[in-house]
Amino acid sequence: MKFGILVNEGPYQHQAADSALQFTKAALAKGHEIFRVFFYHDGVNNGTRFGVPPQDDRNITQQWSDLAAEHQLDLVVCIAAAQRRGILDENEAKRHGKDGNNLAPGFRISGLGQLIEAGIQADRMIVFGD
Amino acid sequence: MAEPWEDEEQGPVRKFMYVNRRAPYGTIYALESLEVVLIAAAFEQDVSLVFLDDGVFQLKKGQDTAAIGVKNFSPTYRALEGYDVEKLYVEQESLEARGLTADDLVVPVQVVNQKELGDLMAEQDVLLSF
Repeated sequence: MKFGILVNEGPYQHQAADSALQFTKAALAKGHEIFRVFFYHDGVNNGTRFGVPPQDDRNITQQWSDLAAEHQLDLVVCIAAAQRRGILDENEAKRHGKDGNNLAPGFRISGLGQLIEAGIQADRMIVFGD
Repeated sequence: MAEPWEDEEQGPVRKFMYVNRRAPYGTIYALESLEVVLIAAAFEQDVSLVFLDDGVFQLKKGQDTAAIGVKNFSPTYRALEGYDVEKLYVEQESLEARGLTADDLVVPVQVVNQKELGDLMAEQDVLLSF
């Protein structure tokens, strides 16, 4: 099965962020394919590498980055939602004259068309939200 | 290999349903859902929108957001027709529970009951819930 994943909630704030990560891990472990993970609404906050959760807690962003490296996952952060919330890659930071960028390794910033494409290409689109 | 129902030139057309469940203001879900729908229109898929629970308030006539300093985006729903997004369903029970009728809404809609809505949802390829 080829899955598309939509993550609509931020890390630590909402279980949906953990559930999306755990579902993705479980699907990969069962041999399924993840076409793309798309981060929208506050879900874009899963893509900041500036998060520093307590050491005895899980690091959701780090786990996504590790998973992406291991499985060549396509982790896409919505550009419009990201700009509102201050999630920037190097190019976006330059383009808007910001003094830093914070996108975590393995994530990329792109448009909503990537979400629709995932809906078209995947066998199942799974939404993790409130 | 292309399935028989797929037009080879245009690619597969899938049934996308966007489910709007939240009030227009208070959270950003309604606005960002509308942004998805507008982008998705370019992909020439079979699109429908559903408004249920407090989501029916998104279409309420006479919205005035001046006092909360947030943009009133309700006129955008009237532009959907220009994007060939013409299937708008509103759940009857949600309208009635809030003392509303189709006449209170900014666009013409099809009012469907819970059962009919369930049947419509079952027909979809992709359901995105916001």
